[in-house]
Amino acid sequence: MLQFLFRRLLWFAITLFSVVTISFFLMRAVRGGPFDNERALHPAIEANLEARYHLDWPVWKQYLQYVGPFNLDHEGLVLFGGDNSNVFGGVLTGDLGPSFKLRDYTVNDIIGQSLPISIALGSVAMAIALTLGLTAGIVSALRRGTALDLGMRLFATVGIALPNFVIAAFLIIIFAFQLELLPVAGWGSPRYLPLPALALGAPFAAYIARLTRTGMLEVLSADYIRTARAKGLPEWLVLLRHAIKGGILPVVSYLGPATAGILTGSLVIERMFAIPGTGSHFVGSALNRDYTLAMGVTILYTVLVYGLNTLVDLAYTLLDPRIELENS
Amino acid sequence: MASQPASIHRMRTSGQAAWIRTVVPISLLAGAIALGTRITTTTRLEPADFTFINGTEVQTLDPATVTGVPEGRVLRAIFEGLTVKDPATLEPMPGMAETWEISEDGLTYTFHLRHGARWTNGDEVTAQDFLYSWERFLNPSTAAEYAYQLWYVKGAKAYSTELDDQGHPLQPFDTVGIRALDDHTLEVVLDQPTPFFIQLTGFYPLFPVNRRCIEEAQELYPDTWQFEWLRPENIVTNGPYRVVQRRVNDRIRLRKSDSYWDRDSVAFETIDVLAVEQYLTNLNLYLQGDADWINFIPNQLIERLLQREDFNPTPYFGTYFYRVNTTRAPMDDPRVRRALALCMDRNAITKYVTKSGQMPWFSLVPYGMAGYTPQPLPHAAQVGENWESGLQKDIETAKALLVEAGYGPDGKTFPTIEIHYNTSETHRDVAELVADGWKRHLGINVKFLNQEWKVYLDTQNTLSYDVSRAAWIGDYLDPNTFLDMFVTGGENNKTGWGNARYDEMIELAKRETDPEQRFEYFYEAERVLTDELPILPIYSYTTQSIINPRVGGFPGNLLDEQFPKWWYFRSDEELAAARASQPPEWELVDAPGPADGLYPPNAPAGVFPVGDPRRSLSPLQLD
Repeated sequence: MLQFLFRRLLWFAITLFSVVTISFFLMRAVRGGPFDNERALHPAIEANLEARYHLDWPVWKQYLQYVGPFNLDHEGLVLFGGDNSNVFGGVLTGDLGPSFKLRDYTVNDIIGQSLPISIALGSVAMAIALTLGLTAGIVSALRRGTALDLGMRLFATVGIALPNFVIAAFLIIIFAFQLELLPVAGWGSPRYLPLPALALGAPFAAYIARLTRTGMLEVLSADYIRTARAKGLPEWLVLLRHAIKGGILPVVSYLGPATAGILTGSLVIERMFAIPGTGSHFVGSALNRDYTLAMGVTILYTVLVYGLNTLVDLAYTLLDPRIELENS
Repeated sequence: MASQPASIHRMRTSGQAAWIRTVVPISLLAGAIALGTRITTTTRLEPADFTFINGTEVQTLDPATVTGVPEGRVLRAIFEGLTVKDPATLEPMPGMAETWEISEDGLTYTFHLRHGARWTNGDEVTAQDFLYSWERFLNPSTAAEYAYQLWYVKGAKAYSTELDDQGHPLQPFDTVGIRALDDHTLEVVLDQPTPFFIQLTGFYPLFPVNRRCIEEAQELYPDTWQFEWLRPENIVTNGPYRVVQRRVNDRIRLRKSDSYWDRDSVAFETIDVLAVEQYLTNLNLYLQGDADWINFIPNQLIERLLQREDFNPTPYFGTYFYRVNTTRAPMDDPRVRRALALCMDRNAITKYVTKSGQMPWFSLVPYGMAGYTPQPLPHAAQVGENWESGLQKDIETAKALLVEAGYGPDGKTFPTIEIHYNTSETHRDVAELVADGWKRHLGINVKFLNQEWKVYLDTQNTLSYDVSRAAWIGDYLDPNTFLDMFVTGGENNKTGWGNARYDEMIELAKRETDPEQRFEYFYEAERVLTDELPILPIYSYTTQSIINPRVGGFPGNLLDEQFPKWWYFRSDEELAAARASQPPEWELVDAPGPADGLYPPNAPAGVFPVGDPRRSLSPLQLD
């Protein structure tokens, strides 16, 4: 297991390095810069701005500065008679740099403020998705072919087909304007959670329901289930002890990317409900050419996807004795 | 290696795995819900007295380095410049400066600062504060985008732009015409008489910052002081409100400042500034009573909203126009540009696309500037019932112009031209109406090119377009904020056009002290512009805000600038009186807030007297 983790870590370093490098140069290759504005700047002022953010440096040097671990700012190197600012800097030291657009914050500040919010919302959404999805999927598989099954499958198909903003709009109309139970948007108390969490979790719930149903159906017809039933175990015990374990394997493999997606937030849901999470920064930073923030959220996403997939692989071995880590 | 899976098997068989399988998911679920609840509740705040939605997140709270409208709304609450503006007329009123004198030649301004005006850290606001702030503002290392707003001061431009190899100014700051004669006297010497300079002293880039606050941050946090001094717990301000809490893309919580010199005029104890970008979410929050003022509304709902008493678009100091690339044939021919300009159904655009009272417009300086007579391109179409017949005449003129330029039945074929705009439904709809007119009446084939914002700007800057959508909102109430844009080689010209006579007029206007003669120069410049037409004017803007009817001290003005200092809630009684004088067809809506109103400590019994900026004035009305 240790060796597995070690190998994963090595690949993680390589992946992250590639992601950082490729997205850094891609970002710079896009037309338009962070300081382009409706009001064009006087060339001297533009030069001042570029100097302050080191955009006047050659791109390779900006890249080295960004990655670190040394601060290339000529005033920064104390050893060579600079001022007392840091000798070290860049991603390797955990510093994602200043945001170009939200100038009162570093990228670390922005992620630090917004990620917990996205995680809070995402966790609740994921809890909803799992509860609804697994229940519906299992019930559907057990009552296969009945009206109940049909109803749940219909619901799941609609859930997958409808974009979450449509679901959100319906939720707002019903719960905020008609019933006046919940606020339309905002963040600040648990009352603000249910609507966005439900809208965010619903498509995942639908997908999980379908995966669970398929998985369960396959398992329920397996030999060892017949054996379990033959030895006289009550049906609920067969289900709990033997069937679910195998039946939800497809769901587990789906959970890695799904959790990363749901935790980093959803642009659309966050915008509609005015939630100050990370999701809106994914698109906003690219549109603003906020180089550092765009890189920061890209790195964040890479780390989350990679980390969660590793967790999923570990979970696999707990659920399925046929899988060994060495082969995964 | 082989031992690894074996150990896992051992774990499983020993029953630990089963335990993990049960406990892990349940604890994860519980943890998720606990986390969700915790995060939402720890940041819980009492509702603010007044809440407004500010659109995008503000770039920064540093007055020296911002340029945007949302930033201005917050900065006017927390800082105060030498002057403040009357909320209705925008005339300069005393702010940090109690009085000021302007020399005969219009070059020397002497400001007498108020005694007893204090920063939130208790320091007195002095002339040295302005000296420090303006030096910082002009210094290239601050990288202030708006630095040119102070280049009217003698020596200021050289200080900002003439640099040594290290990027430091070549000239010492004492070559700049700013001097603190004593603690309470500030002298500013300008290069040229600039009548709008007094307005600029109330413009947020010229607001002062606290030296001690910045220097302490520099000492404590040598690497990160640029962020630290702006944090709510560190920032020192001198305006009616101070910042108490802030979270990116969420809100800025403001609280009335106890150290503000005129605190008795301030009504609201707390104000929330929300960063919400979605227009529909803005409206939802307003309709549920969670916001008292919003600045954007979804275009599809304008007709419905116009019936309500809380939505009254008023003229806004901005123009919507198309830039023409005058370096490309056939648009290098003024006759062609004139033909294009005449053949635009501006009335249809304002009536069916923008829909909230925008004025069809034929010149650059927008509608509504008192004392200024617009110099439109000659046209027959007149807003009102005769629009159609006038437009027909204009179309005939346009056709003739094209023939004159060598295009038409017997001449060359007109090449396909491309209308360029940034991705947005409104811009697309405008472009389609324009293209339809050019195609139908002039037989010109038109293509469209829509680009994402930053790419669109790049296309404009590099002159890689034929005709490109543009807009300009004035910074201060003077024709110069529009007209100096099109001088030869100006950074915001972006049309490749230049005209010696135009440049001369703008230059003469800069040096002129007589207001009437100065406007004559501007008239002549605008006539040159509307004769040559490097731009095709389309309409003059209106404001797009909805405001809770209970809010008082909130008159409309041309710059759509609002001043938190004057805001208050009207009592039911005052509200009823105000409603009695509004047009009866306006649909009355909810006016959330205290029935007794929320008045500032120094409010007189009864209504505010004439001359008090808070007296509820009827907003500017459209013709």
